[in-house]
Amino acid sequence: MQLLLQQVMAGLANGAIYALVALAVVMIYQAIDHLNFAQGEMATFSAYVAWQLIAWGTPYWLAFVAVVILSFIGGVATERILFKPLHNASILANLVAFIALFSILNSGDGYLWDYTIKTFPSPFGTKPLFGSVLIDAHEAGMIGVTAVMLGLIYLFFRGTRLGLAMRAAAANPESARLVGIRVGWMTALGWGIAAAIGGVAGMLIAPIVFLDPNMMFGVLLYGFAGAVLGGLTSPAGAVLGGFAVGVIENLGGTFIPYFGRDLKLTIALLVIVAVLMVRPAGIFGRSVVSRV
Amino acid sequence: MKNLTRRTILTAAPALAFGSPLLATRSARAAKQYGPGVTDTEIKVGNTGPYSGPLSNASPIPISMAAYFKMINDEGGINGRKINFISYDDGYSPPKTVEMTRKLVESDQVLFTSGQLGTPTNSAIWHYMNEKKVPQLFVSTGATKWDDPKGHPWTMGFFVSYQAEGRIYAAYILQNKPDAKIGVLYQNDDFGKDYLKGLVDGLGDKAASMIKVKDSYETTDATVDSQIVELKAAGCDVLVTIAIPKFGAQAIRKVAEIAWKPLHILNGIASSVGVTLKPAGLENAKGIITDNSFKDATDPQWQNDAGYKWWVSFMDKYYPAGDKTDSQNVYGQSIAATTVQMLKQCGDELTRENVMKQAANLQDLELPMLLPGIAINTSPTNFAPIRQAQMRRFDGERYVPFGPVLTGAIG
Amino acid sequence: MTTPHQDTTLFAPAGQALGARRAALLTTRHWVWAGVLAVAVVLPFVFQGFVVFQLTEVMIYGLAILGLNLLTGFNGQFSVGHGAFYGLGAYVTAILMQRYGVAYYWTVPAAGGVCFAVGALFGLPALRLQGLYLALATFALAVALPQLLKFHGLEDWTGGVQGIVVDQPDVPGFLPIDTDQWLYYFTLAVVLAMFAGAANLVKSRTGRAIMAIRDHPIAAAAMGVNEPLYKTLTFGVSALYTGVAGALGALAVQFVAPDSFSLFLSINFLVGLILGGMGSLPGCLFGGLFVLYVPNIAESVSRGLAGAIYGVIMLLVIFVMPSGAAGFTRLAFAYVSRWRNR
Repeated sequence: MQLLLQQVMAGLANGAIYALVALAVVMIYQAIDHLNFAQGEMATFSAYVAWQLIAWGTPYWLAFVAVVILSFIGGVATERILFKPLHNASILANLVAFIALFSILNSGDGYLWDYTIKTFPSPFGTKPLFGSVLIDAHEAGMIGVTAVMLGLIYLFFRGTRLGLAMRAAAANPESARLVGIRVGWMTALGWGIAAAIGGVAGMLIAPIVFLDPNMMFGVLLYGFAGAVLGGLTSPAGAVLGGFAVGVIENLGGTFIPYFGRDLKLTIALLVIVAVLMVRPAGIFGRSVVSRV
Repeated sequence: MKNLTRRTILTAAPALAFGSPLLATRSARAAKQYGPGVTDTEIKVGNTGPYSGPLSNASPIPISMAAYFKMINDEGGINGRKINFISYDDGYSPPKTVEMTRKLVESDQVLFTSGQLGTPTNSAIWHYMNEKKVPQLFVSTGATKWDDPKGHPWTMGFFVSYQAEGRIYAAYILQNKPDAKIGVLYQNDDFGKDYLKGLVDGLGDKAASMIKVKDSYETTDATVDSQIVELKAAGCDVLVTIAIPKFGAQAIRKVAEIAWKPLHILNGIASSVGVTLKPAGLENAKGIITDNSFKDATDPQWQNDAGYKWWVSFMDKYYPAGDKTDSQNVYGQSIAATTVQMLKQCGDELTRENVMKQAANLQDLELPMLLPGIAINTSPTNFAPIRQAQMRRFDGERYVPFGPVLTGAIG
Repeated sequence: MTTPHQDTTLFAPAGQALGARRAALLTTRHWVWAGVLAVAVVLPFVFQGFVVFQLTEVMIYGLAILGLNLLTGFNGQFSVGHGAFYGLGAYVTAILMQRYGVAYYWTVPAAGGVCFAVGALFGLPALRLQGLYLALATFALAVALPQLLKFHGLEDWTGGVQGIVVDQPDVPGFLPIDTDQWLYYFTLAVVLAMFAGAANLVKSRTGRAIMAIRDHPIAAAAMGVNEPLYKTLTFGVSALYTGVAGALGALAVQFVAPDSFSLFLSINFLVGLILGGMGSLPGCLFGGLFVLYVPNIAESVSRGLAGAIYGVIMLLVIFVMPSGAAGFTRLAFAYVSRWRNR
């Protein structure tokens, strides 16, 4: 029983990481209807910038805020420079651009900051939470931050005019233009927000997994899986999906005999595919019904 | 040839300074014999490495090799010839390694290759190199299979084999904790599994009863927390971690976090003070046992060591952008230095056959960054240049060696 | 350029139905292909060993991309997992040759058969998934395969992490060529046959049904196209093509290991497909060329930033040719013929 509980908690802790990434993935998906392969690398890059600022003596929270802002600007800039010209091209042409961005950022990270792992400070400290060995302060902090961000996003989309405009632009660009919404800039805004979330994710994940150029690749896989499991149209679903993936993976790895340990990732993905069979748009996703 | 002696001593300064006898097997009157890639002024040496792709963090090895060769060239080369080090990216993908190695051999016409990186990558060209009779020297991996003079006479390893290290750990456990309940955390690839085999073989028929849990992880995993939790829950009191630095650090940290105090044995590659222990927390790493053949560049005890100081000055001058805490820069420089020694022994007989012969004739070669008491030795029946390791325990600040220098013999 | 009236007799039925101009273009295209084929046959004698090996790999990747093209380009089913079929085909060849002593030329259709079965089986549940959700399922496949290959329970067959060394295929005794050249011709023959098969498929009723499903699935269903059947079959055929490519790849490289078939391979195929041009058969070869040679070019520019340069080149290509090389060529031809008609 103790083991079960511990694995669930460990799974939630990992799941918090995946949930953050899944949130960023869904954010961009909502804005641009594409999955951003480079999301992880953008997050890593943000984390490196933060690390560099801190290494130069910037206090943590100042660096944190600075990087969130810089990530936002970077996201907007990337959209305007790289993806605007591909606006009318097919989905797959955009996909190539994502892959290219991935390649560039990954290689750049290694070139600028080389490949040894770096420690990244945590704003929450690493002491066990309330003396419990099940979860430590940082992991709890991450879960908290994820919840807060989710709340902020919900408020933004449902409670502000700008959020409404963004949703309109993503749902029906033509009609949105007709009512005067500048769809191009809405897309850029979506990128910026997603990049900012990614930056936060990177800065919170790095203390746990240590900062290196390939930090986010594995995490991104799980984040995608979580986002799809939860439903790409639902930020809350994506977050829950991320947590679910973490727990499933841990429990599967620990308790399934013979196969479990070596095939953790496979099992997790199998579970997700199985779920998709039953709910093809993810657990909380909305199925798109098309008119003939 | 007249300047030979002076130049030889200059270029051999690091090696000489550490008491390595220069074995000159060439006679001054030997005729010049050249294999492919050799001229009076140049020797072409080939290499492949993961400059991109999932293992790009290992790229410092070929880069530091290149830096060392550049230093040698600046000092006049070997016997008047400069080393033309041609290194290609294979992205750690075996088909790419095949392509690039064939390019090196067939298009660039290198004399031999040195320090090619990776086990699956070298496995892919193993057959080709032996068929074409091109020396595949000092491959940068610890896999045991490279020490096979009969089956693959043109291939030679370099590092202490992973299995040998595993056996060393097994011997230590049997000696010091014969009733241990062992849990193993290993990376799920050839590197991790080779170690595991050594450990299991070393424990002999007690392996099944002593090893309680074997837990693996993939490099795409975010953390190894779940595995550590499970290993503790299984009641293990010895933890053997076979990992790369990132996951080694995570493991050490998690072990401390869940208030577990096993006897923690960590594999050499992941044992660096600066790269692994510091991120994990030096306090958490107290008591960790490992083995090394090389000096840890981040261990304070070497601050005033001549070899370490030389290495630092080498890095400062020839690879200033390199990370001095990254032990891979030590490995690369050491492979390169061994290559240079081998070439010196060839003299003017720079054929592939002689290259292989001299590579199998390295005797007591000491390098600046090898631990005291450890030297490189090869012979026609021993294709494992480094066979020795020293066990060490971390005391919170530095590694303290204990026991004799061990030789991890196989079979 | 051949003159129009010559060809109406050669291609009588088509030539009569089409205008003379159209018939001329048909012939030109045939001449171009004949020329390309002639060059392809001669190349192994112009170049030395490892370049022939590279050219063989270009053809192999082109074939793999063709497989992906059939599924994604012609049928609109998104796959980020074709590296798995490639790897599966390669392992089938390796296992059959090394564990069961099967001759290498039989392993190629065997690999195709196994991959067809697996692909069709995968295609069944995939019917329920659309777009990105399907992409994730295929992506799961691509990520799972290396893990499965390393699994200790299957180690006796797969060789585990150490992989399997594949023996060199023997050159038939009577031919005065070396192994590289023989492998090149063997691959050329297989690739040609499969491309011809694909071309036939695309032009047939089945092909039209497949493309109809891509373009207007509901209309196609309304017209009586059996969507589940065609989609599943296309998955199978697509997997077959990529699996055969994998088998040929195993013969060329003479080694298979889990590390050869990572997710990056699937991504490379996708990049090659897009840059070559979706729905274009010749584009696949361009894709193969790109995937093989551009990383080398990027590396020669800057080794430390090879990945970044590769990304930049990809971006340049996609900006200049958003519909891939095939789309670009079509546009170029359109401009040329418009210019000539002005």
